[in-house]
Amino acid sequence: MLRLIARRILGTIPVLFVVATITFFMMKAVPGGPLDTEKNIPQEIKVQIEAFYGLDQPLWKQYASYMGNLLRGDLGPSFKHANRSVNELIAAALPVSLELGGLALCVALLVGIPLGVVAAIRQNTWIDYLASSSAMVGICMPTFVMGPLLVLVFALQFELFNASGWDFARDRVLPALTLGLVYAGYIARLTRGGMLEVLNQDFILTARAKGASEARVVFRHALQGGLLPVVSFLGPAIAGILTGSFVIETIFNIPGLGRHFVTSVFNRDATLTIGTALFYAALIVVLNLAADIAQVMLNPKQRVE
Amino acid sequence: MPEPAPASPTPPAADAVEPGRSLWQDAWARLRRNRMAVIGGVVLLALTVLSLFGPLFLAISYQEQDLGLGAAPPSATHLLGTDKLGRDQLARLLFGGRVSLLVGLAATGVSLTIGLLWGSIAGYAGGKVDAVMMRIVDILYALPFTIFVILLMTVFGRNFILLFVAIGAVEWLTMARIVRGQVLALKRQEFIEAAVALGLRKRRIILRHMIPNVLGPVMVYTTLTIPAVMMLEAFLSFLGLGIQPPMSSWGLLIKEGAEQMEEAPWLLVYPAAVFAATLFSLNFLGDGLRDALDVRASRD
Repeated sequence: MLRLIARRILGTIPVLFVVATITFFMMKAVPGGPLDTEKNIPQEIKVQIEAFYGLDQPLWKQYASYMGNLLRGDLGPSFKHANRSVNELIAAALPVSLELGGLALCVALLVGIPLGVVAAIRQNTWIDYLASSSAMVGICMPTFVMGPLLVLVFALQFELFNASGWDFARDRVLPALTLGLVYAGYIARLTRGGMLEVLNQDFILTARAKGASEARVVFRHALQGGLLPVVSFLGPAIAGILTGSFVIETIFNIPGLGRHFVTSVFNRDATLTIGTALFYAALIVVLNLAADIAQVMLNPKQRVE
Repeated sequence: MPEPAPASPTPPAADAVEPGRSLWQDAWARLRRNRMAVIGGVVLLALTVLSLFGPLFLAISYQEQDLGLGAAPPSATHLLGTDKLGRDQLARLLFGGRVSLLVGLAATGVSLTIGLLWGSIAGYAGGKVDAVMMRIVDILYALPFTIFVILLMTVFGRNFILLFVAIGAVEWLTMARIVRGQVLALKRQEFIEAAVALGLRKRRIILRHMIPNVLGPVMVYTTLTIPAVMMLEAFLSFLGLGIQPPMSSWGLLIKEGAEQMEEAPWLLVYPAAVFAATLFSLNFLGDGLRDALDVRASRD
């Protein structure tokens, strides 16, 4: 078990190295540099600026010094945000994105699991059909369709929320709903499938034969096994929620990591792009790992390797 | 190496004694009984025909501007209204449909080709080749690909062809896994052993016995890849990294609509509705196909 975890953790290192290398060289290949939009810079100043950021060095030297700094956890200065390091920018934006992602995950689980359980218990009744088709709506509706439509209805039509921003508690509602409902659909579907499979097994029959109440059968006996598919989906779901935040943060104008990533790509702010991309990659890899470990711990069959 | 296409899906005709129904006839009958899948198929067909031939019957092209008109609500001349440059929204929607559906099909084609080749080679070769190839897939799985597609689109400009390749290159991993699993399972089946024992040539075994049997799950997963791919295209276009105006795609129209939904809600509502309907139909059709072919593996 410990060895399995250790091996998985070691396995993430080459992945991160590959991500860092690819993003570095991709950003170097971008036509146009970070200084292109600044008009009329005298040649001497441009040379000075390039020297300051190390852009006058040969490519392999830039790469080596970047990777060296990376090992010390330093992501370098931002090209666009004057006097701010990428580390500072990420540190400022991360809590916002984590809050958004955490809320969205709560929405996904709190809506998805009950929906799936109800659908499974009442299989092939109208309740099941209703729950399953709402799940399908969630799955089919991309965030960038759901988000603007929710804004159109709840912010512009009924004026219940602000259309964008991240200043008040109620500003959290629409973004978290948009991001969470998509995954609620998947989770409901997986819960339903998992529960149906467990409910057909012999030990459930035994529990019923011993006279356990329906609630006890469902919550005590079936749920743990029925949720396994959901747990293994958590890794991809978290990755999806994180990348989904690019769109959500753009739509709702939220000062998070996703918006930094997208705007840095447009600004040719190479260090910020690589920094955020790497950070995202690390986050996704680590969370995937956590989901895998949780799955092994929940499933006795996998615990004995 | 197995090629998907022309091998006819009907297995060798059973002796004329009993006209048994093939797997494919069976699946077709089951699919037709699935109401949602049939509706999905009809909607898709209708949208495809409209996108392909609709623009031919419109008096206005998708890029014709009427700056004096600006963003006007739906009227008799412009059935779905116009955008802020006075371009006819219906024409843009139909033309966008061509682009979105084309991206869906072409990028899926790319992912299908890579996935099918990679998976079948790994599965058929087995041993060390298999281990190395699947280890590569595992590593790629761990990479955050959405981020790379965004980077790719920035590095190489917002190029139409690149969009197909970039998206297709991202979506082949699951296909490779499915195909490999199928090939591995097939290799051990008795009828393959029987074919080998009968002394059939490798080519014939692959074309006649392997491919028709891998085709089912591949087809199911392909129908489910198309909506995923279309979503990725729309996602990129929404961020401003995919299709560029004056071209049009559903993702781009949704982006433009979302920017002006306060003044001109019709610009958002129609593309969003059409795009959602397409994704629904594809998913229902894919689910229907899966149930009809009874494939459990592709449920991930």
